[in-house]
Amino acid sequence: MRTRTIEILVGLFLVGGLLAAGLLAFSVSGLSGANSATYKIYAHFDNIGGLSNKAEVTLAGVQIGQVSDIKLDPQMLLAVVEMEIFSDIDFLSSDSSVQILTSGLLGGKYIGLSVGAEEDFLIEGSVIEDSQSALVLEDLIGQFLFDKVSD
Amino acid sequence: MLNFLATIGHSAISKVAGFGRASIMMFHALCVWPQPKTSIPLIIVQLYNIGVKSLLIIAVSGLFIGMVLGLQGYTILVDFGSEDSVGQMVALSLVRELAPVVTALLFAGRAGSALTAEIGLMKATEQLASLEMIGVDPLRRIIAPRLWAGFISMPVLSMIFAIVGIYGGALVSIEWLGVYSGSFWSVMQSAVDFHDDILNGVIKAVVFGLAVTWVAVYQGLESIPTSEGIAQSTTRTVVYSSLLILALDFVLTALMFGDI
Repeated sequence: MRTRTIEILVGLFLVGGLLAAGLLAFSVSGLSGANSATYKIYAHFDNIGGLSNKAEVTLAGVQIGQVSDIKLDPQMLLAVVEMEIFSDIDFLSSDSSVQILTSGLLGGKYIGLSVGAEEDFLIEGSVIEDSQSALVLEDLIGQFLFDKVSD
Repeated sequence: MLNFLATIGHSAISKVAGFGRASIMMFHALCVWPQPKTSIPLIIVQLYNIGVKSLLIIAVSGLFIGMVLGLQGYTILVDFGSEDSVGQMVALSLVRELAPVVTALLFAGRAGSALTAEIGLMKATEQLASLEMIGVDPLRRIIAPRLWAGFISMPVLSMIFAIVGIYGGALVSIEWLGVYSGSFWSVMQSAVDFHDDILNGVIKAVVFGLAVTWVAVYQGLESIPTSEGIAQSTTRTVVYSSLLILALDFVLTALMFGDI
């Protein structure tokens, strides 16, 4: 009986360790398997200014997906951002626009999506035409100084 | 002058010899033909003594350290208006540094000292010698299960520490301080990388577990078989393994995160 109690407690201990590893992997590091179904849409940006993989894609502030890949289009010399949108969000009109936003003053970059008025919806592989690049602080300051000089 | 040089030489030689004996002990205890039938029950008993009994102190310390990190992080970050990043701060500092290091320090105090005292007393009461007399190898019977149990327990304890600490930090920042829970978890998830942060933290925990159990078991075997000798060895276990943990932590951090 004594050995059995010890064995049960050790079993619980190791299961607790596995559970902690699972929680660390999935809930803390957001290592998501292929379990959540998503579809991919693309958008071109002039400047992504610090957007990174796994950044949120939001609609009205609610997360509807995440950035899965960022590449450079060698012909157009634009950034191509690949976004994975949750499958249950299948009502985004095809003329939606995307914008790179910053959460807080020092927070991370995320993508805000605004829905348009078109009847047909974004599907796997759709490209969003209307995009607004990240606000780059240096550009703003440069513009401000330029305006001052030309005054 | 010559005497002085001789003292230095003597202590250096005895240190190296001690390290050699410790390595030989480790090799003889671990590099043997596995006998799962006899060794697994022994390891389970030691897992209970070393791992399960350390669980309470680890979980409670993890909870409080996580809560303190949440409070401190919030009061600093709120000045910059980026209190959403408190989850990232709590998770990264726990997973990368605090969980392996603090768990190992507590483990050295809780389990390492007990190991040394137990083995030292076995030596003092000549139980180890009697085992050898009846043809049982004390390295396989006594030392090996303790080493294995230490290696297995440390990463498990460290992961439990990290997860309890993160939930403690979440409790403080979300429930008390009013950080929005969605941004708390999503900022954390986008900042923490499974391979770079969590696996490296677990590797650290495994290395520290190895260091602590090795020091503890060796000090037990080498202790002078008197009550004073056992007391000295137990103290040495805690001091040596704590210093070893902190030094190894610097080396491992430089290798893992230092981009050298």
